[in-house]
Amino acid sequence: MPDDVVLETRKLTKEFHGFVAVNGVDLRIRRGAIHALIGPNGAGKTTVFNLLTRFLPATSGTVIYRGEDITQLRPAAVARRGLVRSFQISAVFPKLTVLENVRVALLRGLGTSFHFWRGQKSLGVLDGRALELLAAVDLDAYAHTITVELPYGRKRALELATTLALEPEVLLLDEPTAGMGREDVGLVVALIQKISAGRTILMVEHNLPVVADLCDTITVLARGSVLAEGNYAEVSRDPAVLEAYIGAEP
Amino acid sequence: MIATEPAFVPAGSRRSGIPWGYAVMVAVGLAAPFLVYPVFAMNVLCLALFASAFNLLLGYSGLLSFGHAAFLGAAGYVTLETIRRWGLPVELAILVGTVVAALLGMLFGVLAIRRSGIYFAMITLGFAQVVYFLVLQMPWTGGEDGLQGVARGKLLGIVSLQGNLAMYYFVYAVFLAGFWIIHRTIHSPFGHVLRAIRENEPRAISLGYDVDRYKLLAFVISAALSGLAGSMKALVFQSATLTDVHWHRSGAVVLMTLLGGMGTPMGPSVGALLVTALENYLASYGSWVAVLTGCVFIICVLAFRRGIVGELGALVRRSF
Ligand SMILES: Nc1ncnc2c1ncn2[C@@H]1O[C@H](COP(=O)(O)OP(=O)(O)OP(=O)(O)O)[C@@H](O)[C@H]1O
Ligand SMILES: [Mg+2]
Repeated sequence: MPDDVVLETRKLTKEFHGFVAVNGVDLRIRRGAIHALIGPNGAGKTTVFNLLTRFLPATSGTVIYRGEDITQLRPAAVARRGLVRSFQISAVFPKLTVLENVRVALLRGLGTSFHFWRGQKSLGVLDGRALELLAAVDLDAYAHTITVELPYGRKRALELATTLALEPEVLLLDEPTAGMGREDVGLVVALIQKISAGRTILMVEHNLPVVADLCDTITVLARGSVLAEGNYAEVSRDPAVLEAYIGAEP
Repeated sequence: MIATEPAFVPAGSRRSGIPWGYAVMVAVGLAAPFLVYPVFAMNVLCLALFASAFNLLLGYSGLLSFGHAAFLGAAGYVTLETIRRWGLPVELAILVGTVVAALLGMLFGVLAIRRSGIYFAMITLGFAQVVYFLVLQMPWTGGEDGLQGVARGKLLGIVSLQGNLAMYYFVYAVFLAGFWIIHRTIHSPFGHVLRAIRENEPRAISLGYDVDRYKLLAFVISAALSGLAGSMKALVFQSATLTDVHWHRSGAVVLMTLLGGMGTPMGPSVGALLVTALENYLASYGSWVAVLTGCVFIICVLAFRRGIVGELGALVRRSF
């Protein structure tokens, strides 16, 4: 059922000066799924994200999103189509307040982002929605804190709220729980579950219990190529996967 | 007008200090021609506007241009030449100078904006050198002598600007208007996006912003206001000279901005005042001026990392 697939790659390949970081990857992400992309360090997961969102140009292969070939678009244009990424290291605007962070995302929808003559008060209309989004990630109490002062887990939550402000259709999350304490991980998992309603999520995640908890489909990447694909039970029994993960947790 | 504008309280001044700074600035500006030599005061105002325009790029967009003298200088030449050759009224001549600077900024910007950091600085420097060369070689610019002795004319055809006091208040009004435009820009939706881009460019892209377009607009606004400053400056001295297109001038504006405090609204103006005063005061030491300014600069940057206004702002915040 091809129209059930929202995001697809065909023979996606990226070479860095002769080193093949992503090698002929075929991905098919079903609409509404929470799909995991896992693999050992250096497998090429972040690079795949960079290719999907056009932060890096692909050496060859195509990316098809909602039936449209987006391989040649500019990265901002990809984001405007609703395919939005997060980053492996937390991506916030550190010197803006928490509220202002979310406002940056909402502001694009106003269509006044080039208006250099308009007053700041014109952004006040966004505050209601911004606070709603912050409340959804338990950050409303911090609305006027300068972001750099937030603890790490809260920065990641803010990043999610900011991303959600765009109402993305497909969300690419690069290690959303990396560097978090156990408690924060629980919160983020609950959050992802909550926001997955009506959306498609593709996530890179090293924390396998989280993957087992959340994801319907798992694609295992190793040395740039797809090693296995299936649900958690299938993938975790695959001998090739076990071999690739030697030394890592089962 | 600026002293009563309430909108500056929320975002920009939180980082930089002191709302009453604006009130002091307005008061000092009004009294200045009675306290110091008016031409000196006008020179400071023009350079303060120039540095503030530069700060819009460096402080609020994170772009270090090393070619801003091109806008200042070229606009000065154009303004005087349109008065001299075509007898354009003075307001119109200033406008033409400003527009030429904006177009030049558009050209620089389109070609340089995709680069970042030191590459951006190098490309802008390169273009500014081309402009310098053109000014030196073109038949109408007077070569080494520049354009000299152009009459200031009458404002709106009524008020003679030949007297220094009238000219001073005209310059002061233009400075306030330019300063207000910058203030507006920083606190606009556009300024909000600019700050986001400066803070984290990849993230701004991932939120769907074509960051190059925002940077380009910031660059053009900055170039236009630098041109406005240059037009006024040429009119004040009734001459346009190579010093204002020389790369020394591009360096001086970096110095003023850092000294006063980049990313603070008032810092560049304070920096412009200090650097100009220092140059005037030290003028009798001949070529030692450069060395002495350099030393003062090094001491200040070591002692006040955030610039003078930046440090003051931090001090005020700490004591409350
Ligand atoms: N811009 C680049 N230039 C050169 N090599 C790169 C570049 N980006 C990534 N690589 C290389 O490509 C390979 C894949 O990197 P990538 O960051 O995609 O791995 P990853 O699967 O995300 O790893 P991790 O789990 O550590 O985040 C690595 O060997 C990396 O060194
Ligand atoms: Mg990675």
